[in-house]
Amino acid sequence: MLNSLPLYLNGVWVTVQITVAGAALALALSFAAGLLGSARRRWIRAIGRVYTEFFRGVAALVLMYWLFYALPYVGFRLDPMFAAILALGLNVGAYGGEVVRGAVNAVPRAQIEATTALNMGYVQRMRLVVIPQAWAAMLPPMGNLLIELMKGSAVVGLITVSDLTFVVRQQWSSGGDTLVVWGLALLFYFLIAQALLLGVRYLERRANARLGRGPAFRAAPEPAAASAGGSGR
Amino acid sequence: MQQSDPHDQPAAEPADGSDDAYIRFEQVVKRYGDNVVLDHLDFRVAEGERVTLIGPSGSGKTTILRLLMTLEKANGGVIWVNGDSLSHMRRGGKLVPADEKHLRSVRSSIGMVFQQFNLFPNMTVRRNITEAPVHVLGVSQDEADQRAGELLELVGLAEKIDAHPTQLSGGQQQRVAIARALAMRPKVLLLDEVTSALDPELVAGVLDVLRNIATTTDITMLCVTHEMSFARDVSHRVLMFDQGRIVEEGPPAQIFSEPREERTRSFLQAVLED
Repeated sequence: MLNSLPLYLNGVWVTVQITVAGAALALALSFAAGLLGSARRRWIRAIGRVYTEFFRGVAALVLMYWLFYALPYVGFRLDPMFAAILALGLNVGAYGGEVVRGAVNAVPRAQIEATTALNMGYVQRMRLVVIPQAWAAMLPPMGNLLIELMKGSAVVGLITVSDLTFVVRQQWSSGGDTLVVWGLALLFYFLIAQALLLGVRYLERRANARLGRGPAFRAAPEPAAASAGGSGR
Repeated sequence: MQQSDPHDQPAAEPADGSDDAYIRFEQVVKRYGDNVVLDHLDFRVAEGERVTLIGPSGSGKTTILRLLMTLEKANGGVIWVNGDSLSHMRRGGKLVPADEKHLRSVRSSIGMVFQQFNLFPNMTVRRNITEAPVHVLGVSQDEADQRAGELLELVGLAEKIDAHPTQLSGGQQQRVAIARALAMRPKVLLLDEVTSALDPELVAGVLDVLRNIATTTDITMLCVTHEMSFARDVSHRVLMFDQGRIVEEGPPAQIFSEPREERTRSFLQAVLED
């Protein structure tokens, strides 16, 4: 058992790599699709919707097969790891786009009006006000998607990537104790998920602190109207 | 607080009938569905003039400010700001619908303070005041910081520069919102019921700040308020609205002491009894 630990850890490392890279791609696509989807012009929103609806409606595994086995027939041979990351990123990014769109649309209209009153353009409004406020609302559902992506990576062995599940299946088929090898698989996936959730919770705490939420931010009562400004200054 | 009577030195004559109006509404109509909020409204405001809009809820006062700030679009008529229309612009000798660039150029001379403050919760007080000058006006961060300090001094909150909006009372938040609007150096300041959301004991502080700004600057002010003594103190002119029309207008002394219209009398009586 101890002899094969490096193999397991290697599998864990591959799973972590796919999860992190897939999540980075999914996050970028989520923002692209979500911002397109919350645009004012209908045709821009339509671009976001086409991506979201297509990749939400396609099984990640089928997409992975298509990228790895079918694409070579039209002259594109993808590295299996890259195909896995691309399939998972495209799939989860479609769900993430809806999270971003929902969170952006949930930023109060009064905040948008304040940016107009300060004459901010679209990019300034989004970068300085809307996205920083929407980010805190996005994080909990994004955390769920991250875990889904990590668990969804358990099928990448089917396109020859030696991730954790791939290693476990190998160990099992070469005589490993069923209870032990699959028990280890459960344990490792659980630990990876916990590590990811810890990271997400840290980001949530930071995002909430930036919005002035949490124990450190309590409004001090104003000492009557005494400190009212202007007096001769 | 400077004690001079603002009526002693009006920055401009009332704009009625004059051609040098900084803001001009021409036959402006605003509807929400079947509800006509502004009914072919005409009025002018001169540069430096301080005009208070009074009237019952739903009479269209706030809509006027929102139209000027381009938060709403008129259904008819034309609104002019310093000679530029909010609905159209000139391109190649032709009048075409105003685009965002044109609106941003017109908007650059207008600032607004909202009833609910609308400070950005993701920023400290300092950033609330400096972000727009830095990113919109292209002012350096050092200059914006210095100006933020001066403005916070003006509104009596210099020590709160690194506080978070959630750590401030409503009155303090509103004073920061005033500083934020002034940081953009607007020529026109729109004040939309800026004390209505405040606890009564915090109202005086905000009004003191506005009185100070009114008496020490030549900024044009359009103010929607139910604070009649404030309106009397700072305005050059008061407009009484009802059902999307101006019922009566005149200098505050006349409107508050000798209103000509029965509607104005009944409104003032109701407000002052409140």
